[in-house]
Amino acid sequence: MSIRVENVSYVYYAQTPMEKHALYNINMTVEDGEFVGLIGHTGSGKSTLIQHFNGLLKPTSGKIFIDDEDITKRKMDLRSIRTKVGMVFQYPEHQLFGETVYEDVAFGPSNLGLSGDALEQRVSEALAMVDLEYDQCKMRSPFALSGGQKRRVAIAGVLAMKPKVLILDEPTAGLDPKGRDEILDQVERLHQEWKLTVILVTHSMEDVARLATRLIVMNHGAIAIEGTCKEVFRQAEYLEGVGLGIPQVTSLLRELNKRGFDVVTDSYTLDDAEKEIVKLLELKEHGNV
Amino acid sequence: MAMFKNITIGQYIPGTSFIHRLDPRTKIIAAFLLIILLFMLRSFIGYGFAALFIFGIIYLSRLPIIFVLRGIRPLLIIILLTLSLHIFMTEGTEILRVWFISITIEGLSRGVMMGLRLVLLVMGTSLLTLTTSPILLTDGIESLLKPLKRIGVPAHELAMMMTIALRFIPTLLEETEKIMKAQMARGADFESGNVFQRAKNLVPLLVPLFISAFRRADDLAIAMEARGYRGGEGRTKFRELKFAMHDVYSIVFVIGFVLIISLFF
Repeated sequence: MSIRVENVSYVYYAQTPMEKHALYNINMTVEDGEFVGLIGHTGSGKSTLIQHFNGLLKPTSGKIFIDDEDITKRKMDLRSIRTKVGMVFQYPEHQLFGETVYEDVAFGPSNLGLSGDALEQRVSEALAMVDLEYDQCKMRSPFALSGGQKRRVAIAGVLAMKPKVLILDEPTAGLDPKGRDEILDQVERLHQEWKLTVILVTHSMEDVARLATRLIVMNHGAIAIEGTCKEVFRQAEYLEGVGLGIPQVTSLLRELNKRGFDVVTDSYTLDDAEKEIVKLLELKEHGNV
Repeated sequence: MAMFKNITIGQYIPGTSFIHRLDPRTKIIAAFLLIILLFMLRSFIGYGFAALFIFGIIYLSRLPIIFVLRGIRPLLIIILLTLSLHIFMTEGTEILRVWFISITIEGLSRGVMMGLRLVLLVMGTSLLTLTTSPILLTDGIESLLKPLKRIGVPAHELAMMMTIALRFIPTLLEETEKIMKAQMARGADFESGNVFQRAKNLVPLLVPLFISAFRRADDLAIAMEARGYRGGEGRTKFRELKFAMHDVYSIVFVIGFVLIISLFF
């Protein structure tokens, strides 16, 4: 399941006085099984871009291929694309409507024509994927759940479509640190255990540094940097210039390096940074600094 | 979403033209007089003058004519219906007969007149909103309703309700679009099926929309309370409305125009 974007531009309100260019000539690919972090400041065009991936928006110019099938062509069956590419919007809990959790999660698969046991199977599977007890919560009202649980039900509603690619737009927005870690752990599991291709949209470097295998940084409707986390975080000055910054541990290592300590500056996880600093302290103990 | 791109009712196009700079009260009164005039006219010459008047304002406002005309589009069905009802249902001198349907001169002229009246009404009133920002518009309405306070008309409250309603139209449209997209991503279909199916398909859109509207209303009420809002009593304005000389000239001109046209045509 790969996504290929070719020369895509998008203009909001074309040919009116409110005309606004949102995307300029985007070229990118997402390979099967990847975990891509899409980072950008508010208004950088990242949300506009991802809406192209399942045909919610049609590019003003350019083409998008999903598994080598052009989804921008006319008479494309968009519903089949939307079952392949699942999309979790920002604050997905705002889209809940069912009287029960079951009804809400079942909405997607029943739109695909599923019913009876097959439908129930889908719902219980989807709820299991987000760590919710099926028997315990299926008859509860989604509005009686806690914020983090609501969000998980909403994500389950998308997972019940059995997508191969999962796009999440700021899945941690408005959650406390614990809720954030839970959601991110779940996303990680979806990628590793369920083998979903994941595109995580965020403006938080900390979130993506942990999980993504590749980063795409957007600025003013264009792709600014693309590469592995290490490659991207090396360009700290640029990232700070566009208001994004780098993970805290990376900036700690950079600061140490600036003050003359011999540490690598492109680690971005807590574990790697810990190793670096322990190494440094050991050297110091032996009087070599 | 395509369906929301064409809504121009209540839309404001910022500008600095003579019409834009007029006091909102002048424009409200003028629009009101124009509406009365349109209901009094009985001849095509009169409609011609009214149309000339409206196109004159469009010229002065420097708006692209297409914006004013676009406001008619949602009403096209109503206009066509009025037109055909009058054409086919009026008795009089027959000019054409197909089977049992007859078309008369009286019907034709009355139908065209009714159609013209609707078109000019929409154009005239949408010119008001196109050239006046919603805030000024409600300020103007509040100020015009003030004398009615003595007989218990809650002028300030009405104006505040209008301001809030206008303010939330784009927000709610945005919200609707967002929820629609989220449900479409889950395979929802808002565009096909018969009337009942479509109505049923709207549930996943309307429930979240209502919930978020109530949540917003709640937040807004708390935010207003927190800033000490206590209604209109003793409340001062950031922007005071002022009648200028050009407002006086404009009002006099409009009154004169309406009087002459309605008396003679």
